[in-house]
Amino acid sequence: MPFGLLKYGFRRHYPARRYLPAVTELKDSYDIVIVGAGGHGLAAAYYLARDHGITDVAVLDKGYVGGGNTGRNTAIVRANYLTPEGVRFYDESCRLFQDLSGELDLNILYSERGHLTLAHTDAALRTMRWRAEVNKHLGVASELVFPAELAKLCPELHLGQDARYPVMGALYHPPGAIARHDAVAWGYGHGAWRRGVEIHQKTEVTGFQRANGRVTGVETTRGTIGAGLVLQATAGSSSVVAAMAGIKLPIRTVPLQACVSVPLKPFLDPIVVSGSLHVYVSQSDRGELVMGGSTDPYGLYANRSTLEFKEGLIAHILELFPFLARVKVMRQWAGMADMTPDFSPVMGLTEIDNYYIDAGWGTWGFKATPVSGKRMAECLATGRQPDILSPFRLDRFQSFEQVGERGAASVGH
Amino acid sequence: MRAGRLPEPFGRFVDRAEAQTFTFEGRAHPALAGDTVASALMAAGVTTLSRSFKYHRRRGVLTMAGQDANTLVQLADEPNALADVVPVSEGLAVGGQNYSGSLGNDRAALLERLAPFMPVGFYYKAFYKPKGAWKLWEGVVRRLTGLGRVNAEAPHGYYDKMYLFCDVAVVGGGPAGLSAAIEAAAAGAEVMLFDDQPAPGGALNYARFDAAGERAGRVRDELVRAAKNHPRLKVYTGAVAEALYEDNWLAVVHGNRLYKVRAHTVVVAAGAFEQPMVFRNNDLPGIMLGSAAQRLMRLYAVAPGRRAVVATANDHGYGVALDLLDAGIEVAAVADLRPDPPSSEMKDAALARGLRVVAGHTVFEGLGKKRVAGVRMAEITGQGECRGASFTVDCDLVCVSVGYAPTAALLCHAGAKLAYDEATATLRPDRIPPGMHVAGAVGGAHDLDAVIAEGRFAGWAAAAAGGFDGRAEPKFPNGRGDVGVNHPWPIFPHPKGKEFVDFDEDLVVADIENAVADGFEEIELLKRYSTSGMGPSQGRQSALATVRLAARARGRPPAEMGTTTVRPPALPETFGVLAGRSFNPERLTPAHHRHVEAGARMMVAGLWWRPAFYGPPERRDECIVEEATAVRANVAIIDVSTLGGIEVRGADAAEFMNRMYTFAYKKQQVGRGRYALMTDPSGAIVDDGVACRFAEDHYYVTATTGGADGVYQNMLWYNAQWRLAVDISNVTAAWCGVNIAGPKSRHVLSRITRDVDLSAEAFPYMGVRHGTVAGIPVRLLRVGFVGELGYEIHAPAAFGEVLWDALVEAGREAGIRPFGVEAQRLLRLEKGHIIIGQDTDGLTHPHEAEMGWAVSGKKPFFVGKRAIEIQTARPITRRLVGFALANGSGPLPEECHLTVRAGEIVGRVTSVVRSPALGRVIGLAYVAPDQAEVGSTFHIKGPGGRLIAAEVVPVPFYDPDNQRQEL
Repeated sequence: MPFGLLKYGFRRHYPARRYLPAVTELKDSYDIVIVGAGGHGLAAAYYLARDHGITDVAVLDKGYVGGGNTGRNTAIVRANYLTPEGVRFYDESCRLFQDLSGELDLNILYSERGHLTLAHTDAALRTMRWRAEVNKHLGVASELVFPAELAKLCPELHLGQDARYPVMGALYHPPGAIARHDAVAWGYGHGAWRRGVEIHQKTEVTGFQRANGRVTGVETTRGTIGAGLVLQATAGSSSVVAAMAGIKLPIRTVPLQACVSVPLKPFLDPIVVSGSLHVYVSQSDRGELVMGGSTDPYGLYANRSTLEFKEGLIAHILELFPFLARVKVMRQWAGMADMTPDFSPVMGLTEIDNYYIDAGWGTWGFKATPVSGKRMAECLATGRQPDILSPFRLDRFQSFEQVGERGAASVGH
Repeated sequence: MRAGRLPEPFGRFVDRAEAQTFTFEGRAHPALAGDTVASALMAAGVTTLSRSFKYHRRRGVLTMAGQDANTLVQLADEPNALADVVPVSEGLAVGGQNYSGSLGNDRAALLERLAPFMPVGFYYKAFYKPKGAWKLWEGVVRRLTGLGRVNAEAPHGYYDKMYLFCDVAVVGGGPAGLSAAIEAAAAGAEVMLFDDQPAPGGALNYARFDAAGERAGRVRDELVRAAKNHPRLKVYTGAVAEALYEDNWLAVVHGNRLYKVRAHTVVVAAGAFEQPMVFRNNDLPGIMLGSAAQRLMRLYAVAPGRRAVVATANDHGYGVALDLLDAGIEVAAVADLRPDPPSSEMKDAALARGLRVVAGHTVFEGLGKKRVAGVRMAEITGQGECRGASFTVDCDLVCVSVGYAPTAALLCHAGAKLAYDEATATLRPDRIPPGMHVAGAVGGAHDLDAVIAEGRFAGWAAAAAGGFDGRAEPKFPNGRGDVGVNHPWPIFPHPKGKEFVDFDEDLVVADIENAVADGFEEIELLKRYSTSGMGPSQGRQSALATVRLAARARGRPPAEMGTTTVRPPALPETFGVLAGRSFNPERLTPAHHRHVEAGARMMVAGLWWRPAFYGPPERRDECIVEEATAVRANVAIIDVSTLGGIEVRGADAAEFMNRMYTFAYKKQQVGRGRYALMTDPSGAIVDDGVACRFAEDHYYVTATTGGADGVYQNMLWYNAQWRLAVDISNVTAAWCGVNIAGPKSRHVLSRITRDVDLSAEAFPYMGVRHGTVAGIPVRLLRVGFVGELGYEIHAPAAFGEVLWDALVEAGREAGIRPFGVEAQRLLRLEKGHIIIGQDTDGLTHPHEAEMGWAVSGKKPFFVGKRAIEIQTARPITRRLVGFALANGSGPLPEECHLTVRAGEIVGRVTSVVRSPALGRVIGLAYVAPDQAEVGSTFHIKGPGGRLIAAEVVPVPFYDPDNQRQEL
């Protein structure tokens, strides 16, 4: 029994440790207003306070902390991307994640399970080798493995030649991990709040007041507040929020669905992804299989679930693990994915002087939570685009300097 | 307790004539046909069915309705099976789950002693210091969590799916649902009714609606008779309506079949879940909902105990007490939570039978270890408070009837919200979406007359919505019986705890309060932090109590708390039923069997199967070289049926091609082919093929195997905006194709071609012709992907095998042989032809790939033009070059090995092969622009990180003057 829990057993009254603030009034203005109290927005607030001493910050959210895509993703963390720019960025995120429980003083249940991206065609195998080579070159652990080794890494996986798309090999990424997504938002929120940042839930931003090319006020459902700088971190609503500021984003928003099984005793350690079959699956510490697939085929702003998604996803899960036919789905849900043309995020400065953006998080947002928070904080504090974010600047689409990560998306989208 | 079964009319669902035997935890038990595992075990006196998630407490029957996690058991091939749903079959082997040791003696039950050290969210508060500690602790935690075990040998089984269509779908076969269905059918609608139980009737099968206990059966028989006799009404029993998706798309699981039902209108008459009462040890086996005891008796003829205590706050509890008396079970006391319970038919009847009713009192503690042995009762002195003296009542059964929560999952899937209603002290579905109707207990009505009337009205309205509006609007009685059913606060915190709010997750009152104290005040956050409602029963028994407790902790009325989102499925559904038969389409070319006969190793190419090479796998490399050599030196054929074929016909055909592809097509002559390169709006290469002009207004354009469907969609998408006068059709599957290549190909082809002059003068390279080959009407394309004299012969797919055979026969003398995709890849690389997707990536623009020659600078527009112009004006960042290795010995670089300079990545090898024709290793690679000159040297980071020097050489590597293909 860890020492940290002893006090709960021996104290007469529950020693409550408040993680999130109670409801308070909004002030008239703040140095920085962050729109969106998900992982990214709260992380940015945390690092603004911790690294830059900026605490006159309000984080606003129309719903509750971590209630958007932070709480809807499948909580996979990895750095096995394709472009050097992407690999460096996500690798920094992985490293921050590895220390995050201690940093935030809250166990985010970070679990390095190893990440397997299966290849069922020689074309896929080629892409896996490309990613492995880029990863290794930049010091990120990734290897191409073949069925004999796969059988050791994931004995339950169906590797028979009788499959419609037999497994030919996989990209093995040992640092690939899962975490408790909600806890990441709570931890950052807690840390930011304890350092003086305000978090206002159920406070929806409805518009921006602008003058002389700057945003001067943030209109909310609880009144208008002044803002020195504004950061939007509203994955899933990026285009809508940016449009309020007069910024047009090259983003197409589509639903991304997922589901979980009822809890099972542990049998699956690694995270298994198949691009050809459009599935990814891991087993959480609670024992649930957490499963996702490709984005929906059409653009839509609605968190509805569909039957077709679940039928297709589960059929493919059974191709990889045929013995799960009597296991049951417990819950399905959806989030909104802001897809960019190159499958990389949009971060940093915008055409509006004091308006900063953290958007275009498609299906890759959760894993970037720490690094985006840290580097966006640096960007806001210095007014300059940090080098590591330079490839992800918004104007790259005008100049055709895209960061092509389609080949490293977990499944085809 | 081993008393036999109760006499008839108890036991509607069991057949006493048919005895069965099954095992639980290795012990054999008797059962009757129609029993569920749980009912048979209760009949056999086995009350512990499972161990709880966290503390491994004993758990038994709670709802008897398949709604809770207490009854999750292990079958051989199925974890987490619901014991109160799974029917017993002869020899069925059932076990408990989530224990170490045995179900009766679970060593992990010691964890309960550590409960004080495991407060809500304890795993967030510990196990992470020092760094790396969680790695060790996680193993411990994972072993303890999870419930059932998967069997890695379990078979897939047979599952299928069926589509159903109806005017009105009714969910729930109780009095409301039956009434709705009958009314709708009478109005003329086609109606389907889905009920999860083995027989229709709902609560009429087990609950008591009058003092005499006669009315339910009478009403049920009338309704069921009317339903069964109606030709437009079909009743599905044992059919679980799992979810309602967009546009009344209903998923219904019926055994191993998934019905996908599209209904014009849906009536939800799914009833309500009875709710547990929260008090110390309320989870002891033997403590169950009043309705669970009624189900055991009425449906399965099982006496749930010998001596009962009933805790209630409504009439239903008195109905339970009367049922217990009728079954010969002693009722030691009725604790009525109401200080001054009103007079009613049922209560008065109970009093008349001498029941001991203690008003204003509650059960506030369960006593006993393996099952309940008694309760401590006391007077209620305030909200959730019992400050006065208490007394003990011995019993082995506690029945709780303190209220309901609606079975509103389907309504919520469709967009309704649950809201706490102060007047009725329950959650009520609010904002019912259009196209849906609500009737009965799901909407709060409990009076039987009102329930039936609401059912009739919903059926009438649902039918009318579909145009069946000839019948008079049904009338409502006064009152719905919705007030006074739910007690507003059936929650009794105990100083020593163990008052379970969420049975699945082992959460007690303090856990909910402490979670709020930790700052998780919003109901969704509270759920996520405490895990209340996150277990297999998804909060069906905990949501109401959680909302109440959270509201009190925040000092707000429950109505302001909101509720968490309800998501599909309503009940857990198996992977097998969702997957169904897992159809995986496979596409075979018309000559597929000929390839197999010829010993081809087939490979996956999208949905298609294609021959990789012909010969045994161990001779792979030799086979490929032999096939390639045959093409270079003699003649060979390859099946190219998988190539996309798209017809573009119409007055604007040339204009359309001009816009879709980068080359210029307007001046292309009829009878000529032209290379076709497609880019996306960002200028990136997406596909290529050959555009064959067969008439002024007719192009036949080929596409890559993998790209064909996307190209076709793209064309439709663009022309939906351009509105050019063209007709576009994807004829990939309608045509087969064979490429005959090699110096002798003209000779062989001419033997079976009568009406086309194949001479070089009459039919030059890049010519296209209509003709007849071996009597088959064909399109002949003189193209040369492999760089030799050759023809693609495209024929209607039905002739595929005949065409193949004719070519084999015609070439027999010349020694013709088939070649596969691998040899073709090698040959095309020798010619320096790129493969889209292999030698390009998602961002490659034509100039990087040295394809600038295929881009027309003169056209006003094509998709990607603007982007390509901008990119062309900027300094290029990489180039695709041909290379050769100076030293071909040692490990070869592989495709996607990186090209590096001074430690920086500059590109990658996209194709590499040891060329038999050239006798050296050649390939294509992206390099920095200043490395792209012929003769430059660059480095490849090869196997094991070894740097391999490569020299840029001219492309094509083979036959640089293209003499061979133009023979």
